Amino acid sequence: MVGKPLPKVDAAAKVTGRAVYADDMLPARTLHCKILRSPHPHARIVSIDTSAARRIPGVLAVITGADLPIKFGILPVTQDERALEHEKVRYVGDPIAAVAATEEEIAAAACDAIDVGYEVLEPVMSIDAALATPKDERIQEYGGPNNVHKFVALEFGDVEGGFERATHVREDVFFYQGNTHLPMEQHSAVATYVDQRVTLWSSTQVVHYVHRALSKVLELPMHRIRVIGAAHGGGFGGKTDPFAHEIIVCKLAMLTGRPVKCTLTREEVFYAHRGRHPVLMWVRTGVDEGARITAMHFRTALDGGAYGSYGVASTFYTGALQTVTYDIPAYRFEGCRVFTNKPPCGPKRGHGTPQPRFGLELHLEKIAHDLGLDPVELKRRNFVQPNTRAVNWLRITSCGLAECTQRVLDASGFHHRERRPGHGMGFAISSYLSGAGTAIYWNDMPHSEVQIKVDRGGATIFCGAMDIGQGSDSVLATIVAEELGLQPSDVRLVTADTDTTPIDLGSYSSRVTFMAGNAALEAARKMRALLVEAVEAAGKRFEDVSFEEASVLGEARFGTLTTAGSYTPPRIAGPYKGSGVGPSPAYSYSACVVDLDADPRTGLVSVNKVWIAHDVGRAINPLLVEGQVEGSVYMGLGEALMEEQVFRKGLHKWPSMLEYKSPTFLDMPEVETFIVETIDREGPYGAKEAGQGPLLPVPPALCAAVYDALGVWIDEIPVTPEKIVEALRRKQKGEDPRYGPPRFPPIPYPPAIVVEPPPKDLDSGRFAHQEGTY
Amino acid sequence: MRNEILRAVERVILQMNVNGETRELLVPVHKTLLEVLREDMQLTGTKHGCELGECGTCTVLIDGKPHLSCLALPIQVQGRSITTIEGMADGSNLHPLQTAFAELGAAQCGYCSPGILLTSRSLLEENPEPTRDEIREALAGNLCRCTGYIKILDAVELAAGRMR
Repeated sequence: MVGKPLPKVDAAAKVTGRAVYADDMLPARTLHCKILRSPHPHARIVSIDTSAARRIPGVLAVITGADLPIKFGILPVTQDERALEHEKVRYVGDPIAAVAATEEEIAAAACDAIDVGYEVLEPVMSIDAALATPKDERIQEYGGPNNVHKFVALEFGDVEGGFERATHVREDVFFYQGNTHLPMEQHSAVATYVDQRVTLWSSTQVVHYVHRALSKVLELPMHRIRVIGAAHGGGFGGKTDPFAHEIIVCKLAMLTGRPVKCTLTREEVFYAHRGRHPVLMWVRTGVDEGARITAMHFRTALDGGAYGSYGVASTFYTGALQTVTYDIPAYRFEGCRVFTNKPPCGPKRGHGTPQPRFGLELHLEKIAHDLGLDPVELKRRNFVQPNTRAVNWLRITSCGLAECTQRVLDASGFHHRERRPGHGMGFAISSYLSGAGTAIYWNDMPHSEVQIKVDRGGATIFCGAMDIGQGSDSVLATIVAEELGLQPSDVRLVTADTDTTPIDLGSYSSRVTFMAGNAALEAARKMRALLVEAVEAAGKRFEDVSFEEASVLGEARFGTLTTAGSYTPPRIAGPYKGSGVGPSPAYSYSACVVDLDADPRTGLVSVNKVWIAHDVGRAINPLLVEGQVEGSVYMGLGEALMEEQVFRKGLHKWPSMLEYKSPTFLDMPEVETFIVETIDREGPYGAKEAGQGPLLPVPPALCAAVYDALGVWIDEIPVTPEKIVEALRRKQKGEDPRYGPPRFPPIPYPPAIVVEPPPKDLDSGRFAHQEGTY
Repeated sequence: MRNEILRAVERVILQMNVNGETRELLVPVHKTLLEVLREDMQLTGTKHGCELGECGTCTVLIDGKPHLSCLALPIQVQGRSITTIEGMADGSNLHPLQTAFAELGAAQCGYCSPGILLTSRSLLEENPEPTRDEIREALAGNLCRCTGYIKILDAVELAAGRMR
């Protein structure tokens, strides 16, 4: 079963309209919930009068922040959100009050009837403004100076010595604009309150984290709350936080005793956000006469929006993975996240790493041009080797970087192309985690747990993992089917239900195949051992009997047949504060070539084709791997060419699917995908991640191709026609042929924590600290 | 404006043929076909992504042609034939497009799939041998965030080949 391009186990439900998404549910007597949101980017709430709303016939409950005062947040260190704010609003769209009514339109009318008094404050709308003294007051009460949320400063190895040793040193500044997930499904949640127990169905990527947040804010023990992941209409990181509407429908169900549903409008989805951080970057690198990197200094500034979300982790991620593709012997990273009066940013596909990858790849391109070297050659000379440890202690095991590179260069004819005006090709590489090595909240428990039940010829898998369309249910079924000698479609699945399934930390950080896959493998091998023992006790060989017969023999011998498996990542984080972000049991690798034509007259870019090779370790289902790779390329092209979440006078500029441009069928080029298998020693059957890494090389490869075509650097994405035309104009005038941020602001980073580089032994670090990772 | 909700709502009798069955409903004049299908008929296979006519997710066939159900009002569909995703298979036998989408992984999260399947069906009825660019053109109004569109194009081509 492993390695075969089988259809997903839920494919038939998805193509017939039978899959039940959260908004498809309408239990009898359901009330509809609408949320009143702030029209101001930054204001103190002086008064809230809900009396008129309560008088409207059909309104059953109105709640405000006073009803849900307890703060929550995805990270233990940033518990800074309330389901409803009653003291202060921090972005246009911040929730203030909620109504449950018999009709959705009545709930909306009741929201309009709520009278809120505001004392409007000066909004902070940019990184520069957030670094300056606030005119009125800071956005959050915690963090660094002014509106700084988080500083990070780390130094590994002899950075000064490295720069002194360099024969060429270069500095560059880049900007990666923020963008949003834009899942096709609007977030939706339905709650009931029956027999003193809350049940929530939601379009979430992580039932467990929602469960924890509900327990805290509703002040109910976890066993009185059940969270079920409904069929999922797309996440990409955007449904990984616990959200206000999820808490609100539970509270309203508790107050009214009736089911309550809330489906966000598309406009509200833009405010829920948690998308890609806008990141300004400065990078300085030294290379020796052999074009080998001697030292690198990387600075980032993240525009975080109004709340913490995953932001502390995002900040670390902007500096973590530079070292797992290139051998950097000395490395200094300084990061800074600021609060601004915008919807909070968080994790989007690649979480915090596409931005520095964009800067890093283009920076190395430019160094190669300085030296008159082929950029591919310069990068290759600096590739990391498998089974090594990076200077920041990240453990690199299987690594298919060289093979991925060769595959896309050969297929695209990168080095043998015929030049023609306006045509360009660009190359870039990347790497991503196969699951974060540390949990969101510190604990010693497994990251994934799987139970298998076998009875009367059937097998059922129980796991908290949430299939968000990537096919995690199919991966679990395939692994168990492989071990037990079944077809994946024969295996029944119960997933993402906190009452009936054991813990899995959910669909984020590309962790499910690796972690839930390993847990499923352990449970399945235990089950197989039981069946083998029972069959052999009956004087037969396991290979000779049907699964049905084996299960009957097993059940007769042992009674109820149930096994469990779990997965805890190895303790490989380095011995320093902040080392918890970056370690992963394995890294995927990608290489990409983008081929395009760019029109110097209009600045329009037309992508002809993308070649991408991805080291997935082992493709458990190559069809699903290709789907993840193609989807990543698509999303990377969208970010590179058009997608941007931008604001004007405190307002989102285009909170609609028409104006927020994303690629259509007509914009998407053909993609040729190569699956590279390196058989990771710790992955299930050797598998690593596929869902996020292949996005990362696309934006820098596209910008490198634009330079190849027109001789101008576009150092910020999205690459719009206006930016290309402006860069060409500068080139014609003899100015720097570049469009991008002119400078990196002075940021008062604290002194760097100096960390000893790791010993060469790959397995050192077992002793390392993991507590207090942020 | 929303205070209008507190006035009496004008309702109309809406007669349509939905997936081969004649149906009669009493619905508010302003209720969209999308809402009537999902809320009054429990045909929740029709999804929505924006309810503003921007994403194509809610596409259904009206007299065989793709239409955005979030923009269609009862008065526009009076007496007409509506096909939703629930009416695409022949009993328990999937339509060749549905089979091809399942086989090739053209549905990931599956949320845009109903609209894309119905639009593709309309295309193949008009043009049984579309080129890849003609498929792109026909589906240009349907957004998908998961697949990068490639497996969808492959699946439509595969189904078209099998249907010939």
